[in-house]
Amino acid sequence: MKAALRPGDAAFANVEKVNAELFTLTYGAVVRQLLTDHEDVDDVNKQLDSMGYNIGIRLIDEFLAKSNSAKCADFRETADVIAKVGFKMFLGVSPTVANWSPDGKECSLLMDDNPLVDFVELPDTCQGLSYCSILCGVLRGALEMISMRTEVRIVKDMLKGDDVYEIRMRLIETVPEELPYKDDE
Amino acid sequence: MFGLLFSLKSFTAKLDPINGDNAGQAGKGCSFHSFKTNTYKLSYFETAAGVKFVLVTDPRMGDLREALRNIYSNIYVEYVSKNPIYTPGQPFRCELFESTLDAYVKSL
Repeated sequence: MKAALRPGDAAFANVEKVNAELFTLTYGAVVRQLLTDHEDVDDVNKQLDSMGYNIGIRLIDEFLAKSNSAKCADFRETADVIAKVGFKMFLGVSPTVANWSPDGKECSLLMDDNPLVDFVELPDTCQGLSYCSILCGVLRGALEMISMRTEVRIVKDMLKGDDVYEIRMRLIETVPEELPYKDDE
Repeated sequence: MFGLLFSLKSFTAKLDPINGDNAGQAGKGCSFHSFKTNTYKLSYFETAAGVKFVLVTDPRMGDLREALRNIYSNIYVEYVSKNPIYTPGQPFRCELFESTLDAYVKSL
């Protein structure tokens, strides 16, 4: 545990910081705009997820470059690094990894504090909205670029009355590097 | 060129006396970083996300691994990854990237 905590703090110190309130308010404005554009809450959830996916596929390069982390041997290590270094670096929070499934392919990230949802309350008309789906998309995109196909979803949401934020990650498969097949003579 | 680099990578991983059995797995096993001929030196760096950096230089250059890491984190990440028009996996042309890269490489 200790070995990963230090790089998390070091990486956090190395990154340019942006005002947390600006970040939260910008995200809130994006979600509100999406709600106005799409009438259906499920559509908005899907949009947030695909926005997150596009962010994730680029974020992984920045993460790898700034955190100098080596390749992870398995999904457990990956989840640990995501929680301790990744989240710390980009959101300033450190979720705990818990609820591992017996085969080691599923786990949960538990967060008490989520900067995206400061000042947010879900109105009655939008109870189906998954406010943090962007985070799921980011995780999915980033992991896909390091050849792990995953399914990420929000299980517990404090905006809907739960006591903690829980994101569940499931490893579907590890895809080996694809070779562009060249025809040899 | 990809075939050459890929074969060199798997070849060096399999020959490794310490980790030879784990050649196929990520995270274990070794990866080659450069080779030298009498006219040039080729340095290679691969990121966990699969992006490969190849630098062909004068054979008298020293170890360029640090330089490649710098190119990756300061130039590629800043100008390419963060570029909204770029989709990962596609070939790209980006003038800012090329000019910064030029300036950096000339300073080596």
